[in-house]
Amino acid sequence: MRLGLMAVPVAFFAVFFAYPVTAIVGRGVKTDDGWQFGRIGEVLSRPDILDVLWFTTWQALASTALTLLIALPGAYVFARFDFPGKQVLRAVVTVPFVLPTVVVGTAFLALLGRGGFLDELWGVRLDTTVWAILLAHVFFNYAVVVRTVGGLWSQLDPRQEEAARVLGAGRFAAWRRVTLPALGPAVAAAALMVFLFTFTSFGVVQILGGPSYSTLEVEVYRQTAQLLDLPTAAVLTMVQFVAVGAILALHAVTVRRRERALKLVDPAQTSRRPRGAGQWALLGGVLLTALLLILLPLGVLVERSFDGPGGYGLGYYEALQSAGGSGSTFLVPPLEAVGNSLQYAFVATLIALVVGGLAAAALTRRAGPLVRGFDALLMLPLGVSAVTVGFGFLITLDKPPLDLRTSWILVPLAQALVGVPFVVRTMLPVLRAVDDRLREAAAVLGASPLRAWREVDLPLVRRAVLVAAGFAFAVSLGEFGATVFIARPDNPTLPVAVARLLGRSGELNYGQAMALSTILMLVCAVSLLLLERIRTDRSGEF
Amino acid sequence: MLSLQAATVRFGKRTALDAVDLEVADHRIVCVLGPSGSGKSTLLRAVAGLQPMDGGRVLLAGQDQSGVPVHRRGLGLMFQDHQLFPHRDAGANVAFGLRMHGTGRAETERRVRELLELVGLPGAERRAVAALSGGEQQRVALARALAPRPKLLMLDEPLGQLDRSLRERLVVELRTLFQELGTTVLAVTHDQGEAFALADRVVVMRDGRIAQEGTPLDVWQRPASAFVARFLGFDNVTPATVTGLAADTAWGKVPVPEGSPQGEADLLVRPAGVLLGAPQDGLRCTVGVRTFRGNHVTVRLTPENAPVLEAECALRDTPDEGAVVGVRFDAAETVVLAGDPARQDSP
Amino acid sequence: MNTTKKYASTALAAALGVTVLAGCGGSDDTSAGSGASKGSGSKTVTLVTHDSFNASEAVLKQFTKESGYTVELLKSGDAGAALNQEILTKGSPRGDVFFGVDNTLLSRALDNGLFTAYEAKGLDRVVDGTEQDDKHRVTPVDTGDICVNYDKKYFADKKLAPPQTFEDLLKPAYKNLLVTENAATSSPGLGFLLGTVATQGEDGYEAYWKKLKANGVKVVDGWEQAYNEEFSGSAGGKKAKADRPLVVSYASSPPVEVLYADPQPKEAPTGVSTGTCFRQTEYAGLLKGAKNEAGGKALLDFLISKTFQEDVPLNMFVNPVVTDAKLPEIFTEFGETVDKPATVAPDKIAANREQWVRSWNSLVVK
Repeated sequence: MRLGLMAVPVAFFAVFFAYPVTAIVGRGVKTDDGWQFGRIGEVLSRPDILDVLWFTTWQALASTALTLLIALPGAYVFARFDFPGKQVLRAVVTVPFVLPTVVVGTAFLALLGRGGFLDELWGVRLDTTVWAILLAHVFFNYAVVVRTVGGLWSQLDPRQEEAARVLGAGRFAAWRRVTLPALGPAVAAAALMVFLFTFTSFGVVQILGGPSYSTLEVEVYRQTAQLLDLPTAAVLTMVQFVAVGAILALHAVTVRRRERALKLVDPAQTSRRPRGAGQWALLGGVLLTALLLILLPLGVLVERSFDGPGGYGLGYYEALQSAGGSGSTFLVPPLEAVGNSLQYAFVATLIALVVGGLAAAALTRRAGPLVRGFDALLMLPLGVSAVTVGFGFLITLDKPPLDLRTSWILVPLAQALVGVPFVVRTMLPVLRAVDDRLREAAAVLGASPLRAWREVDLPLVRRAVLVAAGFAFAVSLGEFGATVFIARPDNPTLPVAVARLLGRSGELNYGQAMALSTILMLVCAVSLLLLERIRTDRSGEF
Repeated sequence: MLSLQAATVRFGKRTALDAVDLEVADHRIVCVLGPSGSGKSTLLRAVAGLQPMDGGRVLLAGQDQSGVPVHRRGLGLMFQDHQLFPHRDAGANVAFGLRMHGTGRAETERRVRELLELVGLPGAERRAVAALSGGEQQRVALARALAPRPKLLMLDEPLGQLDRSLRERLVVELRTLFQELGTTVLAVTHDQGEAFALADRVVVMRDGRIAQEGTPLDVWQRPASAFVARFLGFDNVTPATVTGLAADTAWGKVPVPEGSPQGEADLLVRPAGVLLGAPQDGLRCTVGVRTFRGNHVTVRLTPENAPVLEAECALRDTPDEGAVVGVRFDAAETVVLAGDPARQDSP
Repeated sequence: MNTTKKYASTALAAALGVTVLAGCGGSDDTSAGSGASKGSGSKTVTLVTHDSFNASEAVLKQFTKESGYTVELLKSGDAGAALNQEILTKGSPRGDVFFGVDNTLLSRALDNGLFTAYEAKGLDRVVDGTEQDDKHRVTPVDTGDICVNYDKKYFADKKLAPPQTFEDLLKPAYKNLLVTENAATSSPGLGFLLGTVATQGEDGYEAYWKKLKANGVKVVDGWEQAYNEEFSGSAGGKKAKADRPLVVSYASSPPVEVLYADPQPKEAPTGVSTGTCFRQTEYAGLLKGAKNEAGGKALLDFLISKTFQEDVPLNMFVNPVVTDAKLPEIFTEFGETVDKPATVAPDKIAANREQWVRSWNSLVVK
């Protein structure tokens, strides 16, 4: 049964991840004379590579710490407080996550750069400093923490903390000793994700850091796509692999140590309006942070999309409207780009949910070493460059029946690789927290294991599924790397269209890029909002 | 020890605590009894400081507690479902409060051992919380609450989730324990048996107000209202008009004790006061379901054109189901209830 | 549980899935398709290219009318990534013709034996010096110049003459005014570096860059940031209050600024320092192992036809490679002629590129 569940995810990862990546790395390390392991030492002793390794590591650590510091209060506020506009805000803070970095770079410079907010207020400029990179990483990953940690937090029984308070623990002590340990797996999962994203950061480092900062991922891209120095790229890919593997192993250990059945309660019962000056101040602080760090940069994009040469207006949007009729293969009508994006994102989400859902279901049942290894394996795609996967596809999926090199399905497949870990990570903690006796009760009442899963686990984890689906959807909606590297018939998605417009001089092009980015933001926010709606409207149905 | 003055808590339009005054003297065990939604849990939470009050004061040992945060009130609270910390073993759960109060390591260990022995779980320090049975979790929760030597121990439905025999045994144990330790206790429960067995004083709550307060015997013998009577499990309550030593009811004339209030009131007839005789003797009733209660039997009687009556009889005197009997009443077992008869509600 | 509702939602989800698959599949039908359908007699020819490739639909239809072949486009990343993907799939290409290898990458393509030799019809009309392979493995298609652009308003306000040559850029008057791109990751950045190598010599370019650095050159990672964020003459730069009036961009950027402005200005807002240019030539070639060789050859012929060549400027903002193609008015009116662009031979670039970039990197970036 368990093996049956695992067959699909295992096959998926073997064919669409392990094989292509091994093949492209193999090309780098193996020549006609056999394996060239000596190259590893050679590459790793180059001072420029060592610089890259050092920078990659410390900026990822710093970014993760900073993100947790800023986003954990946010997770708390979203989990425990009711305030008007909460749903909308939760969707909005997720928007950065799906925006292409090209666009975000522009927006973020408005906060940190010349004439930016900080510059105007205090004359502080942080662009091209490492602070810009760190803060942009917070901007991108805020939602990761708020959603993964906040999701579980809202389901923790507040009376656990009250019990500690009555026993003499202060507010913070109660949180640290009771809630934090219960949140442990979720915080670890979120921190891990943030670390992975920042460790493998690409666009942010390029745009905001300038050429003096380079991460492993940037270097792999340069060595593969620009220089075709496959040996160096292979070594770097392996280094990144080992690093990511080590982090995942560490994570597996922490999660295992803290695995236990949590008593989850209905999130609707745990949140209420803030009480007292302290709580209002906390809410205010979190809202202000979100405003400055997330809404302001997004607002700049929107503002610029309306700010035409003749004052504010819809000029750029009208220009987009007429783009379809210009007869060039360059521009696509925005509606078509939206359609392309939604189609890819839908298919990718579907794949990610099926593969990730089956994997999570299989992993819930038992925790043998084999299963745990598989758990970690599912996360590996997050640590591998899109260019490595894309180039791997090229040299492996070239024979029937799997000659997919020119097929549109490659794009959602590559996007799903990144989506699956999200699905598994979000669903697994909740699935594991489901009381086994519920499944037993269902079995006694005549439900087959599959049926029991559908009747018991699925309704209970619906929320987690939706959160996971939202993530997978959002990720593929804004996905740029795979979409642009993987050859495809020319049906550009929103991020690709934005990048094309930004790649040209001319006021109209720039304005249209801003307008299209605004549309992308809107599409994303609306999709996420719809997901949240579905959740609240239908929670009583199952 | 504890004094509540006009304590008021509102949830939106609903008033959960309506100007409640309550005193708990040192070393006494007070039990708040009431149906769910009567505000008894809110009362505990307000005392603990977990629930901000909309009015009134909480005084502990004469000190006003407004502005004192939960963790500085020096109380113990046992939650309804224990709320043991799942990530800590039994010993660490008991030690938690001690650590919060800065107790030294050796002293903590000694005290944990002592408490686990006290609650009948010697050597259970390293056991995982999830591996404990319901009764064992109960004991650990109690040990945890007692460990920091709280000024006042509060119990929220302390035995609610346990099975009957265990509950009955634990009630006795708890009372003995609290008396030995001299602990001041404020407990809430919906189970009158538990309350009467445990408490020195019983407080019955209804809709955020105190309906009656007194010793268990007082309350049991002289319920203050139809509500209290019904809540205590008495079903033979009916409107009556009292004149002299007799009350006019649906069951006919019922004798009442001397000095009973006159006029319209509710009348309670305890089942022991419903005496069975020959059919022609008194109110004619048909015998219904009989419930065996160890040393006696409860019998449901259906009179003609009157509400059902409950009677208590000795095992050997129990009539057969379907038999027709005559009913008389014993004045010593009837109580004319105070309170406005119009406010009566059916159970 | 509400069974009816459940089935309804399952059906809905299934229907949605089918629609989406059909939708995507629809675009598949009209494009590349799978290898199986493409025999030698196939009526489609697949052009593999980079993301910046562009042509008018009418011109592509014209090709279909003339030759009977329909062009299918397969875009994959920027110029470097697109070429490297071709190298990886050598012998089993995804298409028939590859377009978009420039002189900085040409040797890599030729050394890897990507292309089958074919002498396109009309090759005698191409501009001198653009043809770099006497075996005709590649056909030149367009040329473009990477030059310093300047913000006209800034220099007019300051009553300062804009710089014209590489040497000018070292003058104190232009201190802290220039922004360029990372030579390691950006094509114009590399072009500008190669321009300095060509004009200052292999021995002199390092000294030049030291001086340029002392004169306050700023390096950002890509053209987008340089042009849209740092350059005061662009629309984005104005909004970002950019303070660099000199940027490494293209000779065609000023006419593009005019073309994409509404209303159209009388004069381009930016100008070109014509003495700072490096010339790029882009080539196309017939891929070895192409399934439709005949169609590929027809397409190569078409790429240097007058029809396609005259379509090139307004789609890719580069210059036609054949002498008989007329430039659109907007180019002649607002563009500037680059007379003597710097060039470096492709084999020399191939041999030294990595070392030049590395030393540039350690000089300027670190």
